[in-house]
Amino acid sequence: MLKKLLPFIEHVIKEPVWDCRMCGQCVLHSTGMTCPMTCPKTLRNGPCGGVREDGHCEVKPEMQCIWVKAYDRTVSLPLPKVWKEHYNDLRPPVDMRLEGTSSWINLVTKRDKQTPAGWSVEAVDH
Amino acid sequence: MSILREKLENTNDLVFTAEFPSVDGGGMASVVQHAARLAPWFDAVNATDNPAAHAHTSNTTTAIAMKMHGLEPIMQIVCRDKNRLAIQSDMAGAALHGITNISLLTGDDVTAGDEPEARRVFDVDSAQAINIARIMTTGKYLSGRTISPAPDFYIGAVENAAAPPFEYRIQRALKKHRAGAKFLQLQICYHPDRLEAFCKGVAEVAPDLKLIPTLVLVKGSRGLSFMNDKVPGIDVPASTLARVQNASDPSVEVNKLTLELAKHALSLPGVRGLHITDFRHDDSLNTFMNDLGRTPNR
Repeated sequence: MLKKLLPFIEHVIKEPVWDCRMCGQCVLHSTGMTCPMTCPKTLRNGPCGGVREDGHCEVKPEMQCIWVKAYDRTVSLPLPKVWKEHYNDLRPPVDMRLEGTSSWINLVTKRDKQTPAGWSVEAVDH
Repeated sequence: MSILREKLENTNDLVFTAEFPSVDGGGMASVVQHAARLAPWFDAVNATDNPAAHAHTSNTTTAIAMKMHGLEPIMQIVCRDKNRLAIQSDMAGAALHGITNISLLTGDDVTAGDEPEARRVFDVDSAQAINIARIMTTGKYLSGRTISPAPDFYIGAVENAAAPPFEYRIQRALKKHRAGAKFLQLQICYHPDRLEAFCKGVAEVAPDLKLIPTLVLVKGSRGLSFMNDKVPGIDVPASTLARVQNASDPSVEVNKLTLELAKHALSLPGVRGLHITDFRHDDSLNTFMNDLGRTPNR
């Protein structure tokens, strides 16, 4: 019951505020409370090279680049220091199986931290 | 071993790279012709992956054709057209053919191309793709499954020093370096101050990362205007445009400008060479390289 109800509640709260796309693996805290899934290229590790001179999006010129926004907010918003420190983390590829599920449940169960076996292979020469 | 890796990692020599023209016609004969023109000047040449979101011969097949005809390829992979499976099979296939220089980038959006109705993929982003390439060098696919022998990739990436958010571009370069990138080809930049700030910043946080800024050979102000208006992420300052437009011979002036930008770029910390995009395909490449004091390799 909770598994069905929570995604609905989460969506009702997060959609109007952050334009949440229900990827099920929320990283808002580390991106200056800016949802990377609203980037037309759904980039989770920073802006592409196509950002316009005015800081707007290559694909949607009327929209500010979400990574320009994320950077400004990370610098200026009074967010916890530990959140800000995660801004430049390498975020893993999205697990498409989690789309539409509640990121709150996935956070508690640590399901959102599961990555493919190869992902965390340490660098040989780094 | 790749000449690019050998020069960048084991010598202090400058490297010169270029963009291989898209192959749409002329078949293998055109590959031979371009290879012959580029080989004397360049250590390695980019085999592009549907540049500007236009379909062309594929990155892997172009890279193989280049290699067959004596050019060392840097095989680009963009995230726009392929999901993580296809990106890994591109790399495994490249390794099978002895292609080791791999450069991973986001890619222009489909709306920048001539088939804007296409589905965009972006299953992974460039930083994730770089990490996947690095994982493969340890003998594993992303899933953890074995690939043997482990591909001996020399991994590169691209960054735009001149696009907002400027301060963050340095951190993003560091992120790509930590993921596995050893060299960065930089997007075309007509703001020397931004390039300088970027290179100095990167040299501080990632001194081992090799930077290769890009210069473009254009005929005059039209080429500059085109890039300013049409190429995502490139801004040509009005004063630079005016300088070329108002010159008595714009063609001479734009060459002078390009040479100035090249010399400035080479003076910056972390810069280990130049990437040349040649939209002219005439003798201007030879003139430019001679003016830079280069002599043909072979």
